[in-house]
Parts: sequence; C-alpha cells; structure tokens
Amino acid sequence: MNSIFEYFADIFHTVKSLLTGMKVTGRYFFSPGEIVTQQYPENRKTLKMYDRFKGEVIMPHNDHNEHRCTGCGICETACPNGTIEIIQARIDMPDGKKKRIIDKHIYHLGMCTFCGLCIKACPSDALAWGQEFEHAVFDRSKLTKTLNQPGSSIIKDIVE
Amino acid sequence: MKEVINLPVKNIEEEEYHINMGPQHPSTHGVLRLVVSLQGEIVKSLKPHCGYIHRGIEKMCEKDTYPQIIHLTDRMDYLSAHINNHAVCLLVENALEVEVPERVKYIRTIIDELNRIASHQLWWCSFGMDMGGLTCYFYGLRDREKILDIFEESFGSRLLHSYYTPGGLMMDIHPNFQANVKAFIKYFRKKIKDYDDLLTGNVIMQLRTKGVGILSREDAISYGVTGPSGRASGFACDVRKHHPYGVYDKVDFKEIMGTKGDTFERYMMRMNEMHESMKIIEQLIDNIPAGDYSAKMKAVIKLPAGEYYQRVEASRGELGVYCISDGNKTPYRMKFRSPNFSNLSALDHISRGVKIADLVAIGGSLDYVIPDIDR
Repeated sequence: MNSIFEYFADIFHTVKSLLTGMKVTGRYFFSPGEIVTQQYPENRKTLKMYDRFKGEVIMPHNDHNEHRCTGCGICETACPNGTIEIIQARIDMPDGKKKRIIDKHIYHLGMCTFCGLCIKACPSDALAWGQEFEHAVFDRSKLTKTLNQPGSSIIKDIVE
Repeated sequence: MKEVINLPVKNIEEEEYHINMGPQHPSTHGVLRLVVSLQGEIVKSLKPHCGYIHRGIEKMCEKDTYPQIIHLTDRMDYLSAHINNHAVCLLVENALEVEVPERVKYIRTIIDELNRIASHQLWWCSFGMDMGGLTCYFYGLRDREKILDIFEESFGSRLLHSYYTPGGLMMDIHPNFQANVKAFIKYFRKKIKDYDDLLTGNVIMQLRTKGVGILSREDAISYGVTGPSGRASGFACDVRKHHPYGVYDKVDFKEIMGTKGDTFERYMMRMNEMHESMKIIEQLIDNIPAGDYSAKMKAVIKLPAGEYYQRVEASRGELGVYCISDGNKTPYRMKFRSPNFSNLSALDHISRGVKIADLVAIGGSLDYVIPDIDR
C-alpha cells in the first residue's frame, strides 16, 4: 500500500517540477518585451561602443595632420608580443643639429593581445584606443598598419 | 565438430573496450581527450590526455617583465581572468612590500566577486546543457551579459581584461560602475529564482546527479580538489576565508560547505556561492574609499632574489603562483598551480563504476576550463 502511495507521489512531484520549469520558459515565450538579443549586423548604424572599448590601438591626429608621437620607442619595449615596430628617421634641424623623429609607427594588429601596456607606458599620450572592432580581412598583410598618417608631423609643444 | 562447439566464446558484456571522449566533444568544454575504458556502459577507468591547447605560458613568463606577465594569466582560466591577474599582482606587491591604496583593494575585491558570479553563471548554463536542457544555456548567458557589459564599460574588454597592474589598476573605475553593479545585483536576485525553478528543482536533473560521483573528504584532500568541488566534500579550502587578501577580512560572508560530495552537492555549492558573492559586493559597493587608483611603482619592476608564493581563490579553486626571482626584471621561473589540473586528476577516481552518461554530469560539475589545465 505504502509503495503504491510513493509511486503516485513520485509521479506528482515529477509532473510538478517539470511544470515549474515550463512555467519559466512559458513566461518568456509570452513576454516578448524580455528579448535582449541584439540584431547585429542590422543595427550597425546605431551600434555605439563604450568610450573605453578596446578595439584597436590608434594614434589620434589633429586637424593639421599632427600627432603627439616622438618616436621614443617606449611602447615598443612595453609591448609583450612585439606588436609595435618603431622606425625612426633623422632630420636636419635649422641650427645644424640632427634630430630623431618618427618615420613609421608600425602596428601589427594580428599579434596584439589588447593588454593596453603601450598606451599606459606612452609618456606623451600619443596612443589611444579606437572603437573599430570589425577587423576581418581577406589578407593577413592588411592587419599590419602604419599608425602615423602619411605626411604627418609632431605637435610642436611636445618635448622629448 | 565437438571441438568447435567448445571453443571459448567471448562474452561481450565482460569485455573491456576503450572509447575516445573528446578532444572534440561538446561536454568536455574544450579540447580535452578522455580515453574511457568501458565494460558495457560502466566506466572502469579513465585517462585524461592533456596538452591539446598547451601554449607554454610558464615558459613565456620567463621572457616577460612582471607587468607583461599579467596579460598571459588572463589566458589561463579565461572565465576568472581578473582573479588570475590578482594573484600575480599580489605576488609582486608582497615581494616588493608595496602598500596598495585601500581603494584599489575594494575595487579588486568587488571585481573578483563579479567575475566569480559571471564564471558560475557560465558554468550553470553549460551544466544545464550537459544535462540536456538547452534553455539554461540561453538564460545563463543572458544574465552573464549584464556583467560583461559592466566590464566592457569600465575596462574596455569583455573576457580578457588585463585590468590589474602590479601596484594598482590600469585606470580608475568608470563613473557608472557603482550604479551599474547595484542594478545588476537587483536584477540577478530576481533571475536566480528562475535558475532554481528551471534546473535545481527539476526531477530529471536531481535523479541524474544525487548520489552520483561521490568524492570523499579524504580523497578530496589527497587529490588536492579545491574550490566549490572540494568544499562539496567537506574540505574547508576557501582561501578568501583562511588566508584573506584584498578586503575579504573586512566583509561578512559564509564559507559554503557541503557534506555528501556528490554531483548535486557540487552543483549546490556554486549556486549558493553566487548568493554569497552578491552579499560581498553589496557590503563593499557603497563604501569604496576615495583615493588613488594605483600605488607609485618604479618604471622597471625588479623583485629581490628569492622564492615567492601567492595563492588566491579563483572561481574553480585555489590558484597558486610560485615565482623564483634572480633579481632581474624577468622571473627566473614561474609556476602556476592551477585549480583545474588538480580537479581533473580526481576525475578518474570519482567516475569509476558510474555509467558513461553520468560521466558527462560529473565532468560538468567539476567545471574544468581546459586552457587552465594545459596552460
């Protein structure tokens, strides 16, 4: 008699627990307001990343095509992966002295682990995070970027 | 004719055979290969084969300076990236005897606990999926997304943050951080009831986990099973409680302990830990003291020659960092005692004699992250 009672109690508890779970799924099924899925890429035009989002390392330039990089190479040594390559150039100053400036700031995006040490290490705040995140390309060589724009120069008030 | 009839016939039920579970099996949660020796569908023994995702992180640490090591530890147990970073930062700070600002300690503790909740949420949803409930996966990921959004707004990345540096933090927390965390706690307290309705109370899940894969307290200690899996067996191993770091000594929280050590107990440990983590965050979030977000550190960090060891409570167990320094800016040797590797070693012992389907449940309840095993 007892075992029959337990048998039916088991069935009751099983059905009850399953219904409790189905109540949860049913509630979401009938309340479309709770849907949180983002319709990417349809929402690309309205999609805005957070200010601090780490998309890629960029070198901000002002309106006169000037940047803040002195070419000191501290970011190159701070990088754990060899992502950054600094190529320096020597120019003749008007007073006859030779000065080293940045020729190319090469950034290998494919090797970057987005740790942010280069940006933290930079003494003249020349580097920053960019918000671009759609980095897929068909050719690996396109992941190597030159951060200083062609023909750009250094902002005058930056001291080395 | 008579001899032919009397030839010994192999009894298929008694014959042992081996099958490969993994490296491409969804329930191993990564590239782990288990060679399972079966008799019928009873597991006789089991051999894990590691190394499919070995990257040599310990060796790579030897060429990196201490601030550079941080970003490698993210990639060990990627679900508790902040806590891994915390271990290395504490090691360097304790070796140099640097006093870290109180603000940094508060922020680190809050973020560690947020990370622990996010990790347990992902564990919950993947455990539900192992048990055959795909709905759990969506609900768990939906709630984890809230934490990842907080992380993304504050540190710029969702999974691999590299937010801690030796001496402090990369940058100060975002102005919205406190409000967001409070909103999340309020949200998640409601949603965690769904978790219980959906999976904890489910009869199918309870029948599959209760009394399955029992690990005794003695075995948990001798295998070094730590974290929620160890505490389910009654092994009091919470580093936060017994060797406090951060501000864990100032907050009131319970060390969740179990007695039975079966799969269901390991499940309940993590569910209750999420409640405890929320309690810790609530105590701290309004009391973050003002101050600097980083202590003054030298540009080149050199540890004095010697041996150092630091342990923290990662979301899967005790993470130990052992470092030998010879006085240079790079360590001479770095060794990580990862919780998942020790937890995996007990899998063979736990799963002997269970059905092959239960092996999936046991593996899910041990919650291993493969990159942490291989490093």
